[in-house]
Amino acid sequence: MNSKLLLNVTGSLLLARMRQSIVAAAGVTFGIAMFITMQSFMTGLNKLLDGLVINRTPHIRLYNEVKPNDHQPVNESQKYKGSYNFIRSLKASNVRLSIYNSGYIMEAIKKDDRVAGVTPRITARAFFNNGVVDINGVINGIDADQESSLFHFTDYIVGGKVADLNNISNSIILGKALAETMLVSIDDVIQVITADGNRYPLKVVGFFQSGIRDIDKVQSFATIATTQKILGRPGNYITDIEIKLKNMDAAPAMAREYKKRYHTDAEDIQTANAQYETGSNVRLVISYSVAFTLLLVAGFGIYNILNMMIYEKMDSIAILKATGFSGNDVKNIFIAISVSIGIAGGLPGLLFGYLLATGINQIPFQTEALPTLKTYPVNHNPVFYIVGILFALLTTYLAGLFPARKAGRVDPVDIIRGK
Amino acid sequence: MSTPILEARRISKYFYDPVKIKILKDISISIDKGEFVSVIGKSGCGKSTLLYILSTMDTDFEGDLLIDGVSMTMKKEAQLAAVRNKKIGFVFQFHYLLHEYTVLGNVMLPALKLNKYSKEEIESRAIEKLKILGIAHLANKRSNRISGGEKQRVAIARALINDPHIIMCDEPTGNLDKTNSALVFDIFMQLTKEFNQTLLVVTHDNNFAAATDRIIEMEDGCIIRQ
Repeated sequence: MNSKLLLNVTGSLLLARMRQSIVAAAGVTFGIAMFITMQSFMTGLNKLLDGLVINRTPHIRLYNEVKPNDHQPVNESQKYKGSYNFIRSLKASNVRLSIYNSGYIMEAIKKDDRVAGVTPRITARAFFNNGVVDINGVINGIDADQESSLFHFTDYIVGGKVADLNNISNSIILGKALAETMLVSIDDVIQVITADGNRYPLKVVGFFQSGIRDIDKVQSFATIATTQKILGRPGNYITDIEIKLKNMDAAPAMAREYKKRYHTDAEDIQTANAQYETGSNVRLVISYSVAFTLLLVAGFGIYNILNMMIYEKMDSIAILKATGFSGNDVKNIFIAISVSIGIAGGLPGLLFGYLLATGINQIPFQTEALPTLKTYPVNHNPVFYIVGILFALLTTYLAGLFPARKAGRVDPVDIIRGK
Repeated sequence: MSTPILEARRISKYFYDPVKIKILKDISISIDKGEFVSVIGKSGCGKSTLLYILSTMDTDFEGDLLIDGVSMTMKKEAQLAAVRNKKIGFVFQFHYLLHEYTVLGNVMLPALKLNKYSKEEIESRAIEKLKILGIAHLANKRSNRISGGEKQRVAIARALINDPHIIMCDEPTGNLDKTNSALVFDIFMQLTKEFNQTLLVVTHDNNFAAATDRIIEMEDGCIIRQ
């Protein structure tokens, strides 16, 4: 087919209806611009909210869970092997919380190609004491450098320096809310009482704020060595091994694999934070449906304009058909008109969307809960721009299809006889 | 004589709205190359209907239509469009020029569709046709900025551009005054005499018809004289 000629005819028809074509294109521009803006803003927000939990959460966590022993004597007995055994009043056994052979396990996991990083952790319950009140909380023994590089630990420090944790011995970083309750500031010394009753003075070197108050009210961080000292444990005492993967989606399968290989419990991020993913997906669906609605409205506009154009250009269609353009050619001309409106409206739409999103990114947005945030978060993802222009092409194609088919079916005899 | 350029064999046509009427009754005609044929008859006798059937635009009929010895009855819509493009030129009562194009653009359009020559060649051929019709000076004017008589001559130039086997005209002078009618008629005469162009003209202007080579007179869907 002679596409150059069809495009030529398309162009002249578009120019003949310049004003209407511009209005139709403006509808598409608006729809696409809003789509880009909403997607950028929504996913920016999504990323931030997910990041609150997911950045801080290891993809796989190895630990020993307090639970009843899997191997109960009655199940081991040959006599009752073939029967269902019901055991009542089962109690959790005294599990050793520390991971056996933790140094070797960490070395082995570090060598795994799928793993981005490994860091040890000790979780210990404790009471914080300043004055007369005891507040219960959790001390996390961490490797501050690893924790920063793998889990953005530094981003959540709102006072003091992470480095001081290593530089000053017997130091601690307190959750912001916890520090407020205890009315302590940096360089103050607080007392920590372990579950075993040992009392230990620690110097506050920083504050930590995750944005989730419930966490900030109980969490605190000290070095691995300090925590081991408080607990009176040896240098190989580790309760958790946190693993960050190169590909987060592999976590569930790898968690099962490690659980079997190292005889520990393993929890993957998907299991630990299922609700966050659901929230993100719902927000994504909402923004897609809003954009779709906007484009649908633009599509109806194009449909209307094309219909009018066909009635107006009936004579032209008739003579084109009489002089040798087939119904298909005429149909393609009108689809081309519609799709060119889509392109002419869609491309500026992408630009306006980008500008609008960039504008939103400049608006100051500060909140107590989110210390790292200075302006509204925006995610400039190239995928939105590709989807946006495809959306524009698809809707305008569909909007043009029905009027175009009608134009293709115009019977030139009816028109010419009517004169 | 060789095979006729256009041959109709026992063509019948019905109109169904509001009641079934047989508008054409077993029409058979054949037209040879270089003939200047006119079809006359009273309003409603079916002469325009016949023309649209012969032009392949109306496909709802009984009988057989052969153009250049090839039957048109089994062809698909797109194939018929290609036949019209290549072998038939049209001139209607109304000029049907595309206002978005210049005079030259309008004349070139069917040739661009045929896509047989390069654009430059088509342009020079179009200007040549305009020269034959004495309107070469209008070539670059917008087609809605010229007079009615000029428009009709542009339409004739457009009909000529692909060197069709036959030009079909439906009341080509119906909208024109005496001077312009005479002008168009002279052009038709010139085309048959100088270029051996076949012409089939439907008209109710008996003076016009009288000057043609052959008159087909119709009444009530039948040919009564040819």
